Formats: sequence, C-alpha cells, structure tokens
Amino acid sequence: MDFINFLIQLLNSVQYGLLLFMLAAGLTLIFGIMGVVNLAHGSFYMLGAYLAWSLAALTQSFTMAILIGTVLSVLFGLFLEWLLFRHFYKRDHLDQVLLTFGLIYVFEEMRSILWGDDVHGVTIPDALSASIPLTDTLSYPVYRLFMSGVCLLLALGLYLLISKTRLGMKIRAGAFNHEMTEALGVNIKLIHALVFALGVGLATIAGMVAAPVSSVYPNMGSQVLIMCFVVVVIGGIGSVKGALIAALLVGLVDTFGKVLLPQVAGMLVYVLMALVLLYKPEGLFKN
Amino acid sequence: MSDTRAPLETLPRSLNILLALALLTLAAFPFVGTDYYLQVVTRMMILAIFAMSLDLLQGVTGLVSLGHAAYFGVAGYALAFFTPAGEPISLWWSLPAAVGVSALLALIIGFLVVRTHGIYFIMVTMAFSQMVFYAFFDNKALGGSDGVYINFKPEAMLFDLENKTTFYFFTLAMMLVVYLFLRRLLWSPFGRALSGIRVNEHRMRALGFGTFGHKLAAFTLAGALAGLAGYLWGAQSGYVNPELLGFHMSAHVIMMVILGGMGNFAGAIVGAFSFEYLLHLFKDLPEIAGFHLGKHWQLWMGLFIVALVILAPRGILGLFATLLKSKETGHE
Repeated sequence: MDFINFLIQLLNSVQYGLLLFMLAAGLTLIFGIMGVVNLAHGSFYMLGAYLAWSLAALTQSFTMAILIGTVLSVLFGLFLEWLLFRHFYKRDHLDQVLLTFGLIYVFEEMRSILWGDDVHGVTIPDALSASIPLTDTLSYPVYRLFMSGVCLLLALGLYLLISKTRLGMKIRAGAFNHEMTEALGVNIKLIHALVFALGVGLATIAGMVAAPVSSVYPNMGSQVLIMCFVVVVIGGIGSVKGALIAALLVGLVDTFGKVLLPQVAGMLVYVLMALVLLYKPEGLFKN
Repeated sequence: MSDTRAPLETLPRSLNILLALALLTLAAFPFVGTDYYLQVVTRMMILAIFAMSLDLLQGVTGLVSLGHAAYFGVAGYALAFFTPAGEPISLWWSLPAAVGVSALLALIIGFLVVRTHGIYFIMVTMAFSQMVFYAFFDNKALGGSDGVYINFKPEAMLFDLENKTTFYFFTLAMMLVVYLFLRRLLWSPFGRALSGIRVNEHRMRALGFGTFGHKLAAFTLAGALAGLAGYLWGAQSGYVNPELLGFHMSAHVIMMVILGGMGNFAGAIVGAFSFEYLLHLFKDLPEIAGFHLGKHWQLWMGLFIVALVILAPRGILGLFATLLKSKETGHE
C-alpha cells in the first residue's frame, strides 16, 4: 500500500469511527446515566437516513432536511422517553432487552409501511459534491470530509456540554448518584428525558449525514447497532471519552482489516473486543 | 440489579397436572395430525429444547445471553459438514460430536464472557455470537450467506428418522429427557449454587463457591443443549443458513423463555410453543382493505412483545400461578 492509498484509507477509517462515535455516545450516555440497554438505538440511525431521504425530496434542500429532521427526532425521542423508556429505568435489564427488541420490530414495520422496502439514494448537495484530487487517478470526496467535520463539531459540542455547562454538571451528578442529585433539587426526570432525546438526536443526525454515502435501505440499523455495542464495550460503559477512542480504534481495525485481510475482516473487530475484555473486563475507560 | 421477578421454581400441583395432560396430547398427536402439522409441532419441540437450554442461564443463573443462537446454529452446521455428499451419517456419533462442537464453542466464548456482569454480559454475548455469524456469513467455504443443504437425515439403525412420525417421537423423547435432566439438575447442589449466583453472587463467593467455574459450567452446558436443538433443527429442515446463528434467533429464544415463565424449564417449553404459534398466527393474518396484515407480522409481534413486558413480566405460567393462587408457590 503506497502513501496515497494509506492516506485515503486512514481518512475513511477516521470518518467511519467518528460516525460510530455519534451513535455510541448516545448509547453509552443512556447506559451510563439511566442504566438502560437500548437495542433500538440502531433504529434511530435508520430513521435519520429515511428522514433525510424523504425531507430532502420534500424541501429540495439537504440543509433544510437536516434541520427539520433533527427537530423531529428530538421530539420523537422526548415522546418515546415519556411513553415507554421512563418506566423502564429501574426495571431488570432483561425487560429492557425485550422492550427494545419489540421496538426494533415496530420501527422496522412502521418504516416498511411509511416508506416501503426499496433501497434509495440521497444526492449529495452541490456545494459538497466536489472531490479533492490526490493523484492523477485517485481523489477524495469533499462530502466525506464534511461528514467527519460535522461529527467532530458535534463531539466537541458534546464535550463542552457535559464538562463545561451547568446542565452537564447536573447530568454528571445524576450519573454519579441519582437519589442525592434529586434530593438537592435537580429535576432528574427532566435531565433523563433530555439525555435520552440527545442520544436519539445524535443517532438520527448520524443517519442523516451518512445517508448520501451509505444510501438508505431496510434493516440498516441492525449492523451499525452491533458495532456500537462493541464500541461501548471497548470504551467502557458511560464513558464518552472511551467511546470516542474506541470508535476510532474500531474504525481503523475495520477499514484496514477490509483492505489487508479481507477473509477475516468481519471478525477482526470482535477479536479486538475479546482482547480488550481479557485484560480490561470493564472496558478501557471505566467510568 | 433489582429482583423484580423472582422466577417460579416450584410449580403448583394443578399446573403440573395440566402439563402432564399436555404431554399426553403431544404423544397422541401423530395419530390425528396431518404431516404438515406434525412437522410444525416437531419444530416447536426442537425450539422448546433450545429455550430450556437458555433458561438454565437466564432463569436459573440470572445470565441474560443475547447470543445463544450461536451454539444452536453451529451444531446444525456441524451436522451439515459431517454428512457426506452421497450417504447419511450415523446418528450415534454425529449427534455427540455436533453437541461437542457447540459445547467447545460455548466453553471458549464462556471463558471470556462470564467474567463480565449485567449490561456487559448482554452486549458481549451478542457481539461474540455476531462474530460467529460473520465467520459463516463471509466465508464461502463455510456456506456463505446461502447456507448449506443436508441431503440425508442421520441414520440411526434402530429406527428410521426419514419417517416423520419417528422423527416426531425421537424429538419428543429428547425434549422429555432434557426436561427431566434439567429439573433434576435444578435441585442438585450444582443447580442450587446456580440459583444462589442469580440471587447474590457476592454472597456465594463469600460462602466459598467458585462462581466463575459454576457460571462457565452452566454456560457450556447450556451451549451443549442448544447444540442438541440445533442438530435436530438441521436434521429436520435439511438446510442450515447463517440466520440460525443470528441476532433475531437469539432474541426470539429469550422471548420464548420470558413468554412461558423463567426458571422452571416447563415455562420454556410452553413459551416456545406459544411463540411459534403466535408467529404462525401473525403471519397468516388476512388482508383487510388492501392492507396485508400478515405481511407486517413484525409489527404485531413487536407490539405483542412490548405489551408482554409491560403487562405480564412473569410469563404465561406466572399468570396461571397467580390465577390459581396456589399456596404451593412462593417457595423462596
């Protein structure tokens, strides 16, 4: 592999890692703060992609699609939290697994009824459709850089929100000691609802931003969900920093695995997880 | 983890009588049922063995495995690769060998996963089974995404498994043997130790039990029994594909155990039968006003699961026990 190819693969792996981080961050926050296993998290990614596709067709503008889609997904997250998840924070993990598995089926069929079972493409907006030429034959699409940029910005925003704002302080306090935080007068229910909606929002944005590259298809949430589980396990539950590092690591292993060892590429990430588990059963960054 | 749902270990006598009647019905069924329904019920019994194997982990030991299908599917694949192209394979060595393959896989994965707890255990079992899934899905040598055909049913010499009625009774016998074995195990010192681990693992360790070894043994045994079910599945359907190892299969079997009621193995059987019945029911829903209800069976199944978790967390047998209000329950 020469340097240019290496560079392209490296950019791809970082972009994939950052995308995984967007999903894993929400997942790990919801795990860490509310103690909920959410198997349906991948469905939000799918929802995002389908929203991007239908809203872009409706409004004729990718930017508008993303803005409206984000608002809709946050509202949807708040609604779901109010209707179902709120009642499951204190329940057994088994109940949570069942509930969210049932929701996967519900979401998949709602998708099938609303949007059909066909594969769709989303066109890249004109402003971002260019490619940066690297050599005579190889180039790198601007849109992929844009994706990485969006993800990085959101990761930075998330970091600032959690570690520098008053709301973030309350979130961290709630994760640390639920009852004590509530006793101090913090509306923990509202915090939970916001964290859940934040997780849904991040996953949906990831889906919307990824739609032009990955295209939009049924069951697109399942595979990405399992990758996110791996990221969360490697990073350590509840740790956003861990999720970021683990996501980049998984992105690297997966992308370079596919190029260098295509025969076993599907398994490499899980081997990585097994190795981490052997030495650090609670992930790299235990919270 | 809060123990909101103490599993029902002892069944009230009235429930035991009902179960015995159900067994008699199963034994009499081949004399009245058609070939098609014979196959449907055989499949239900195979899934019942699978569900019982998971119940050992989920209901007894308190380990929620979201990757149990891996051990089920691998034994089916083992049968597929053991069977030569032109002739059947002997049941007497291929069955133990396939079960052994599953047990070995469960031992290796179990060694890594039983050291984790709670949410980690759920996610890690799922991820490892996904690894097994991709090992088969990505490799043409292992059948790839299309799967592998098994042209001949295993050859048993004493009886003919190609005969659907014989296969039915063989599966029924297997189900009964597994049930009696697991019931016996539940009340053995080993089974009591597993129950203790579910209730309070730290205390068990303080009492001097090596909980790692106990959990690993339970995980391996559950894998082996899942393998028995997978072998029978492969033999019955004559075809294995990666879906048997997949995430949905794992989630379905969890649901079967919950649906019936955990921790007593009878519930797993009831759950497997009910779940398969519901699946058929939802898939056969009619078309109303141009909207094909049966095509969207996942929606009804999904809503049913959500309703089940909210309304009846102790499953069908739990409901029965509550309705019967027997004094024999609440043993613990």
